[in-house]
Amino acid sequence: MLPDKRGYFGSYGGRYVPETLVPVLEALTIAYDEAKRDKVFWAEFASLSRDFSGRPTPLYLARRLTEHCGGARIFLKREDLAHTGAHKINNALGQGLLARRLGKQRVIAETGAGQHGVATAAVCAMLGLNGIVYMGEEDMRRQSLNVFRMRLMGAEVRSVTSGSRTLKDAINEAMRDWVTNPRDTYYLLGSVVGPHPYPTMVRDFQSVIGQETRQQVLEKAGRLPDYIIACVGGGSNAMGIFYPFLEDKEVKLIGVEAGGKGLDTDKHAASLAAGRVGVLHGSKSYLLQDESGQVRETHSISAGLDYPGVGPEHSYLKDTGRATYVAVSDEEALKGFQLLCRTEGIAPALESAHAIAYTAKIAGGLSKDQIVIINLSGRGDKDMGIVSAALGVKL
Amino acid sequence: MSQIAAVFEQANHKALIPYVTVGYPSIEATLKVVPLLAQSGADIIELGIPFSDPLADGVTIQNASYMALQQGVTPKLCLETAKKLHNQVKTPLVFMTYYNPILSYGLDKFCCACREAGVSGLIIPDLPPEEGAELEACACHEDIDVIYLLAPTSTEERTRLVAERSRGFVYLVSLTGVTGARSKLPADISEFVSRVRRLSRQPLCVGFGIATAEQARQVAQLADGVIVGSKIIQLMEADPSLGTVASFVKELREAVDR
Repeated sequence: MLPDKRGYFGSYGGRYVPETLVPVLEALTIAYDEAKRDKVFWAEFASLSRDFSGRPTPLYLARRLTEHCGGARIFLKREDLAHTGAHKINNALGQGLLARRLGKQRVIAETGAGQHGVATAAVCAMLGLNGIVYMGEEDMRRQSLNVFRMRLMGAEVRSVTSGSRTLKDAINEAMRDWVTNPRDTYYLLGSVVGPHPYPTMVRDFQSVIGQETRQQVLEKAGRLPDYIIACVGGGSNAMGIFYPFLEDKEVKLIGVEAGGKGLDTDKHAASLAAGRVGVLHGSKSYLLQDESGQVRETHSISAGLDYPGVGPEHSYLKDTGRATYVAVSDEEALKGFQLLCRTEGIAPALESAHAIAYTAKIAGGLSKDQIVIINLSGRGDKDMGIVSAALGVKL
Repeated sequence: MSQIAAVFEQANHKALIPYVTVGYPSIEATLKVVPLLAQSGADIIELGIPFSDPLADGVTIQNASYMALQQGVTPKLCLETAKKLHNQVKTPLVFMTYYNPILSYGLDKFCCACREAGVSGLIIPDLPPEEGAELEACACHEDIDVIYLLAPTSTEERTRLVAERSRGFVYLVSLTGVTGARSKLPADISEFVSRVRRLSRQPLCVGFGIATAEQARQVAQLADGVIVGSKIIQLMEADPSLGTVASFVKELREAVDR
């Protein structure tokens, strides 16, 4: 069972944080282990997942996309239909319940695209907690609708103006807040990154995606899929759908990173494809960094993938070969976005559009009796401004 | 005995430990200010190697790090600068930085380069002892002290662990928070120092938030050393001739000797 007691997946993970936070993380690990064994905790998680988040989300056979690609049958796991429009709600709900269990009224979070921020704001409103969301100034500009949504739900959105003003800097700022308020504050981290126990905890809350998918595909197709394809920034939606299939060796797991303007440029966010091992935000994992160990500024058309690190379990899955990681460019993702709109009447989040684009590349080469499942991790309403601008359309 | 440990062997002497970010505002300024700090009464000097994501630092050191990186400061250049300084001043030098630049350099290679540059110790705020065994092995081989930190949230068990593993001294983070000048010392500082004192025989130095001679005097009455960082950087910004920094450090010296 991974991780080990120190939070390592092979040689990745750990707890590289200031001393102030180590005792807090030790206590959190114990509290989470207790909650994990508590049936009442999971019963509440399941009941709110159903009534608040709208789970289970459907597994949908995308007939026209399948026809268009001309090969394997393509199914979409519809996380875009989950409350607040993305898979992020699963983790926000789980950790929100944990924060309440720990008696912590003040909840902080970081957000990139704003999806995790909105999910956190929604859960805080529902549970009566005080939510504070750190968001890079650049991302607040790119995702202004989500900023408004968070504020409507009563969260305070704090603009981060340090560094590249994106997700990485929002995490730095959230950690500085946590170091300052370790006793009364719960840090609701949004991806499978950060110090132990976050990569495990977030994976566990997100693995509801893979559990449902497994059951649904068995019901609908009578067998397991050949491929599961998901986008990877920090990697929470991918980890969530991969995890329940890790032992099913015949299921190929493919993570799609943000290739930005190309892996041969410095404008991308493909940590696994182009990074080397480093330490950022509390864990050891693949990291985009320069030759002297400074973390590189990244680029992606999708704010949610615009992050130089990646969850440590993904690094482990890459090294062991259990999962394969590829990259898709901004341009390809835009085409994937339009393709799904046209063929299925579904606008995917630009993050998820990376997984669509990669599927479109390979599905035609597969036989008609093969099955591909795409984790459609979020919906694209938030991205209309970016997409229209990229297509040269004035709204 | 290490150069750092020797500082604490002097009877009735409290250590004064100022910090500067290497290459801020320029390498020339670092080469000029460190000898001044030594002459003004510093016992150990912390040299900050800038990192892109300094999550334990407040705005002053964040900005200094950012500006230094903009000017192309690298760990290699910091090592070269330390070597030049080591040839000029007898005061022990320690590096303060984050783990990734060291990991990227290569733990072995970095510790070896530190010894060659005359650097006696390493302070790495994002490296607790649980993750430090590899670096300790390399550092020990080159006679470099890895100095660990304790915080007000540290449990008794962790206090024992850090006290046992730290070399040179134990760095007590005075407050729950990031680096940066504060107008007041935390109310529980005396209790914190005595709590650690009961569990450790190591010299204890207190840092984070100390910005005035009066605060330094109060801390020196409790601990074995006083660390001042952000305030030094602010004074270097306010008076690039460095006269103000030199007189501030002299004031600190008098305050801790009192």
